[in-house]
Amino acid sequence: MNDQRPIILSIVVVLVGLIIVIRLFSIQVMDDSFLKRAERNAIQRVVDHPYRGLVYDRTGKIMVYNNPIFDLMVIPREFNVKDTTRFCEIFQISKEQLIENYTAARKYSSVKPSPLVKQISTTDFARIQDYLIDYPGLFVMTRSVRSYPQPSAANALGYIGEISATQLERDTVRYYRQGDYVGLSGIEGFYEKTLRGVKGVKYKMVNVRGVDKGPFKSGEYDTASVAGNNITSTIDLALQEYGELLMAGKRGSVVAIEPKTGEILAMISAPTYDPNVLTGAKFGANYMLLNRDESKPLFNRPIMAMYPPGSIFKVVQSLIGLQMGVLTPNTTLSCNRSLVACHNHPNPVNLFGAIKYSCNPYYHQAYRMMINREVSKNTFKDTEIGLNEWREKVLKFGLGGPLGIDLYNEKGGDIPSSKLYDRVYGPNRWKYSTIYSLSIGQGEMLVTPLQMANLAAVFANKGYYYTPHLIKAIDGDPKKIDIKYRTKIDVGVDAHHFDMVQDAMAEAIYGTAARAAIKDIAVAGKTGTAQNPQGEDHSVFVAFAPKEDPKIAIAVYVENAGWGGRAAASTASLMIEKYIRGYITREALEEYVLIGKFM
Amino acid sequence: MRNKDELYLNKIDWLTVGIYVCLVIFGWFNIYAAVYDEQFPKSIFDLSINSGQQLIRIGAAFIIILLIMVADYRVFDNLAWILYIVFLVLLIITPFIGKEVNGQILSIGVGSFRIQPSEFAKFTTALALAKYMERPSFDLSQIKHQFQAVIIIMIPVILIMLQPDTGTAMVYFAFFIMLYREGMPQYYYALGLALVAVSLLALGIENNLYLVIGVFAVIGLLILMGKKRLGRILTLLGIGVLAVVYIYSLDYVVSKLPEHQQNRIMVLFNPDLDPLGVGWNVTQSKIAIGSGGFWGKGYLEGTQTKFDFVPEQHTDFIFCTLGEEFGWVGSTVVIILFCTLLIRLIYLAERQKNRFSRIYGYCVVSILLFHVMINISMTIGLFPVVGIPLPFFSYGGSSLWSFTILLFIFIKLDSHRIQLLGRMN
Repeated sequence: MNDQRPIILSIVVVLVGLIIVIRLFSIQVMDDSFLKRAERNAIQRVVDHPYRGLVYDRTGKIMVYNNPIFDLMVIPREFNVKDTTRFCEIFQISKEQLIENYTAARKYSSVKPSPLVKQISTTDFARIQDYLIDYPGLFVMTRSVRSYPQPSAANALGYIGEISATQLERDTVRYYRQGDYVGLSGIEGFYEKTLRGVKGVKYKMVNVRGVDKGPFKSGEYDTASVAGNNITSTIDLALQEYGELLMAGKRGSVVAIEPKTGEILAMISAPTYDPNVLTGAKFGANYMLLNRDESKPLFNRPIMAMYPPGSIFKVVQSLIGLQMGVLTPNTTLSCNRSLVACHNHPNPVNLFGAIKYSCNPYYHQAYRMMINREVSKNTFKDTEIGLNEWREKVLKFGLGGPLGIDLYNEKGGDIPSSKLYDRVYGPNRWKYSTIYSLSIGQGEMLVTPLQMANLAAVFANKGYYYTPHLIKAIDGDPKKIDIKYRTKIDVGVDAHHFDMVQDAMAEAIYGTAARAAIKDIAVAGKTGTAQNPQGEDHSVFVAFAPKEDPKIAIAVYVENAGWGGRAAASTASLMIEKYIRGYITREALEEYVLIGKFM
Repeated sequence: MRNKDELYLNKIDWLTVGIYVCLVIFGWFNIYAAVYDEQFPKSIFDLSINSGQQLIRIGAAFIIILLIMVADYRVFDNLAWILYIVFLVLLIITPFIGKEVNGQILSIGVGSFRIQPSEFAKFTTALALAKYMERPSFDLSQIKHQFQAVIIIMIPVILIMLQPDTGTAMVYFAFFIMLYREGMPQYYYALGLALVAVSLLALGIENNLYLVIGVFAVIGLLILMGKKRLGRILTLLGIGVLAVVYIYSLDYVVSKLPEHQQNRIMVLFNPDLDPLGVGWNVTQSKIAIGSGGFWGKGYLEGTQTKFDFVPEQHTDFIFCTLGEEFGWVGSTVVIILFCTLLIRLIYLAERQKNRFSRIYGYCVVSILLFHVMINISMTIGLFPVVGIPLPFFSYGGSSLWSFTILLFIFIKLDSHRIQLLGRMN
């Protein structure tokens, strides 16, 4: 009987071996979930954040850089302090805060580092560095925050902040993680992808308690972070700062453009704020303050505020009239004040005089000639056709829609079409008498300061512009900027029509805006007054200079400052002189603007 | 003289010795892998780490082997009882003079030299059993003799349970494998296997009623298939009733077990139950082995075992290091080595001409099979976690030496099988 038993036992041995081998096959070869779980266990993915690109102004001065700040980290298990008072003194932390942070760190992990003192400045770091050796379990982690050597151009540069849940959701390529910083407005926002660089990844191994055990496979799978590209802005920092100085204490906008390129030399939104306040730990609190401020410092007026263009629009009307053939330089019309009010000037005037003296009745009549061309016998229909055809010509000047500046949230202004009046009055129920205020840039028409500055560039260039933009080069290479900003846009008016218009604008300086005149620099400009139903009118002025070879085109809006000839023209003139000469010869005018009593 | 030596060396079963050497060396490499720290790499020979110390123990094992081989082959026969009693005494005094580790007092000794009597009691018990059972009159079909054999086994078991070291005590049940070969009635084993099956089902199935129905269905089948004698029918029905009582009392018994043992049982049936708590060992062990894949991650490349995710990896969970770094191929090679060793030992035991050697040989087979089966099964979640080492692989002197002594006494006996035959005659 026992003869079988050795065989049975041998079979049992083989069976046990087989069961184990099969079981091993199932968990080692068939099921790869264990491999994933093992990787989750022991391999920690650490993101290496790239250095964000810097921003320079057009002359090479640094506008935005990264300032290192330091977080003092603690590994609770190794941390041991005998004299708490001394510790608090050295590291400048209150006892309560120390206890609170330490307790939180302990709770999180006794072997993994947690922040103990956050955001230590470089100078404080230099001071505490020598003391660190006395305290085991402490080390310093370097981070960087955006910093601005000149507290200037806040709205143009924008700010960075922690990514929001919605932005995370929209990030389909999954570049960002919760807690990442991202450009939220201005150049920081628009050029986020250029500035952010490429994240690196380090795989490090951790043991069961989360303690770092060195790089995984000696860093074979690690990728280094690639620093973001540096951006050269079109902004002239000196001009920008000067503009901000002039606009201090006022509300409004200044936009200066280099007409030949569309490069924005200065873009001032007043009131503004120091961009340094929206960095680092104070971001949240300061953002709330700025957001609640009723002077709206975060509101980027040059691209977001909309006003009627006022008299400046008369220049556009002249050009369209000339191109249409409705007007010639010799077209003379009477200053019939029964149509619309005007101011004292010789009567009648030709087109040159109409621009120079900003004659309202002249444009009332000229506009009617552009609109009612008897295309249709029906005067209502005729007006509709005329308005829509005219509107097309106006839009070509870069009005009625966003220009496409390299900033988010640009507003488009509004050039009304027949649809608007159909909606308000009903189809065929309105005619020229309804819309005549458009002739002098009032009524339902709205433009942004940027569009006005661009208009000045069009006048300077005799009929074309480049889409205004804020960056000149990426990593020093001007070809890396969007082709859109290097493409000439024609406004559909022949260049020769501009000759007379430019002359008239140069003359107008001496008529309506004598303060804008600069000795030895031929300035061509046009004043305007944007009507403000809520209070004092806004002072508006556009200009370019020098007339023969324009280097700067500018639009200035000063809210509630009344007539354009004073506040806006003075400011524009000082800006022009500052840009072209580099210094100011008229201290009295400067003082007048700085005091800011224009009324 | 020289001629005689060569002849003697030829009598040693070199296949068994070869497998032993392979396992010990492979085990040593794995111990080094288990404690290897990439940041502060140390030599495998470094005495400050386990692999270096294990090398000393391997050297000591080699001396033990030499001593066994040069000793007179009759010494084991003659000293069987004395050794048995000496180690029983050591087991008794261990709790009083031993050193406490994790609430257990398992080892005695001076300074860093410590031994664990419960490990060595395995081979002394094996010798005692062989000595007791070699008498021609001994017959395992007699209840009296069965009882005597079980007593010899149970004395060390009870002493070890008192330490307490349930895992090691359990190993002594391995002797039932030897008793099976020596003619222990089969129905004990049928009952034993049925008991294990019923226990597993009772713990694994939510509603015990299904199990009761199943038990009576099997008993009904046995009644129908076998001879229909009243005594047999009544016995089977009696067993059925006992089974029902057992099933319903099992939950109660389990609930009276120490909590850590209850948890080990629970985890076996539901591995994902509390993976960070009681399921941690098994979960991490399976992750380590499972992540090894077909070829493994490569020597010293394992992450799970290296970074302490698997506890006790150089001792009871050494198989994890093997599984992670050498994958399925490496694990299978080791299992084939163990199986080959066991089958070779069965073959050697069967070729013995006297009962003493054969019984002792089967004791070796039994203990090795039990250790290998239980240890590897627990690392891959087929058996509750029981703290017993993997023979020749696990770190520790007592374990290595006791298995070495166990094995080489048999190799020694086997090499003298002709002389032993003469003596018996």
